[in-house]
Amino acid sequence: MKKNKKKNFNLILGTVLLAITLIPAFVGLFWTPYDPEAMNSSLKLAGVGIRHIYGCDNFGRDIFSRIMAGSGITLLVAVGTVAFGSIIGTAIGAFTGYFGGIVDEALMRINDVALAFPSLLLALVMVSLLGTGKYQVMLALGIAFVPSYARIVRSEYIRIKNLDYVKAAKLAGASNLRIMFVHILPNTKTVLLSSVMIGFNNAILAEAGLSFLGIGVQPPDASLGRMLSEAQAYMFSNPGYVLFAGCTIVMIILGFSLISKEIR
Amino acid sequence: MRYIVKKILSCIITLFIVSLLVFVAFALIPGDPALSRLGTNATESALISLRHQMGLDQPMAVRYFKWLVGALRGDFGMSYSYSMSVTSMIADKLPITLTLMLYSMVLMVIISVPLGVYASYKEGTVIDRIIQIINQIIMAIPPFFSGILITLLFGVTLKLFTPGGFVSINRDPVRFFGFMFFPALAIALPKSAMVLNLLYSSLNGEKKKDYVRTAYSRGNRSKQVFFSHMLKNASIPTITFLGMALADMIAGSIIIEQVFGIPGLGRILLTSIQNRDYPVVIAIIMLIACVVIISNLLVDIIYRLVDPRVE
Repeated sequence: MKKNKKKNFNLILGTVLLAITLIPAFVGLFWTPYDPEAMNSSLKLAGVGIRHIYGCDNFGRDIFSRIMAGSGITLLVAVGTVAFGSIIGTAIGAFTGYFGGIVDEALMRINDVALAFPSLLLALVMVSLLGTGKYQVMLALGIAFVPSYARIVRSEYIRIKNLDYVKAAKLAGASNLRIMFVHILPNTKTVLLSSVMIGFNNAILAEAGLSFLGIGVQPPDASLGRMLSEAQAYMFSNPGYVLFAGCTIVMIILGFSLISKEIR
Repeated sequence: MRYIVKKILSCIITLFIVSLLVFVAFALIPGDPALSRLGTNATESALISLRHQMGLDQPMAVRYFKWLVGALRGDFGMSYSYSMSVTSMIADKLPITLTLMLYSMVLMVIISVPLGVYASYKEGTVIDRIIQIINQIIMAIPPFFSGILITLLFGVTLKLFTPGGFVSINRDPVRFFGFMFFPALAIALPKSAMVLNLLYSSLNGEKKKDYVRTAYSRGNRSKQVFFSHMLKNASIPTITFLGMALADMIAGSIIIEQVFGIPGLGRILLTSIQNRDYPVVIAIIMLIACVVIISNLLVDIIYRLVDPRVE
């Protein structure tokens, strides 16, 4: 009973945190209270108030509207990254795990090397190869995330491919592709789902890191990381901007990790 | 001993593969470094002579071989943007980044291990719950945001250090380490939360094992069982994680250097990426690869010392 209560508390807290951050982000894709790019020199660094609830930045832009739009881009990049990384990673993991052989050996050697590197560094290398911008970051992070998915899916395939039901399907005349994607893939979903959740958090962190360094999302797009690095320049005169943008990232990540902890 | 030699050999092969991949990837990028250096108004003959001077007219295999021979002697070629050798550009920056990395590693162990052990020892009490909640929040803070929070709290409000006031170690070692404490803390905090979590759950996992029950039934006191039996077994996954954390910390230091204005490898790496100064980028990536691979090697060796069953 006590355990259940604790579980519910984590789930509720996680959902509330995500609701606070994600609903404005989704609304922000269609509508923001002010134009996030509209500058107004009379409102430079305005503090928290009724009309601009989070205040304004150094160009007099409404911070709340910017955070709404920025979280949208951050989430978009995270979704793109995880989709790319998990689909390609699953395909590679499925083929290498199912067939094995020399290709498997070679790919896994490269995979081990790639996994030893922090994903942010891999993404840095990729960004310097691909250039900066919203879609480049998605691709760069996606590629950097492929090895971890490939490793996870591969080990699931190795475990499952020797089970009796797979042998039965083979005897029934199912093709290799059918066994791989119709018979085995659905059984990897628990493992895949939890790594997608963790991957989503890592993608948000990595995008924020890249954009913070100025080599991620480029203006006029503003992601949360980009806004943090802009806000850092005048955090002494207006710490609100830094705190609001940073806390939004923290809340999204905390929300996802609380929920994924309970789902597992 | 044979194990260690074998491991070192495989590390050298891995480094070799990494260098090949990195070199080829950067050589295949579209764009002509000679053209970008001279501008679009450059004459054809000037371009040809500069390409020859930069060695770009040779086949890739020759260029890689020359680069590799140079790199093994510590010479990473010339920067595209500055007429300096890459080695002299990074030589005095590398120690700063490595110091930051090791400093945060030490802080991480100092923060996480005692707290993790304490929380597990007091499992189920209010103190345990409080530690868990704070831990969960800290884990969600990205390192650059923790850097900003630390600057706001310790730099602006409490005035314990001057934001952006980096002092080189040659000028004043005491102030250098005093200043570096805060960036190191910013890197260490989120990672310590993870170590704490890992140590906590592996200690709690050990509590249910048979050998612990046996130790109790033989009349050992609970403190004794906890510290001399369980801690050693629970530390094995933590050690593995510490090795991975070491690799992450070098990535963390690159970001944190930007927050605190530390002139380390991070700043050079970023400007070189923006200027497309590939020789510098390749050199820094290879240096980081060395650090990562050496730290993994050390972890493997320590792992074997702690748990002799590992083959």
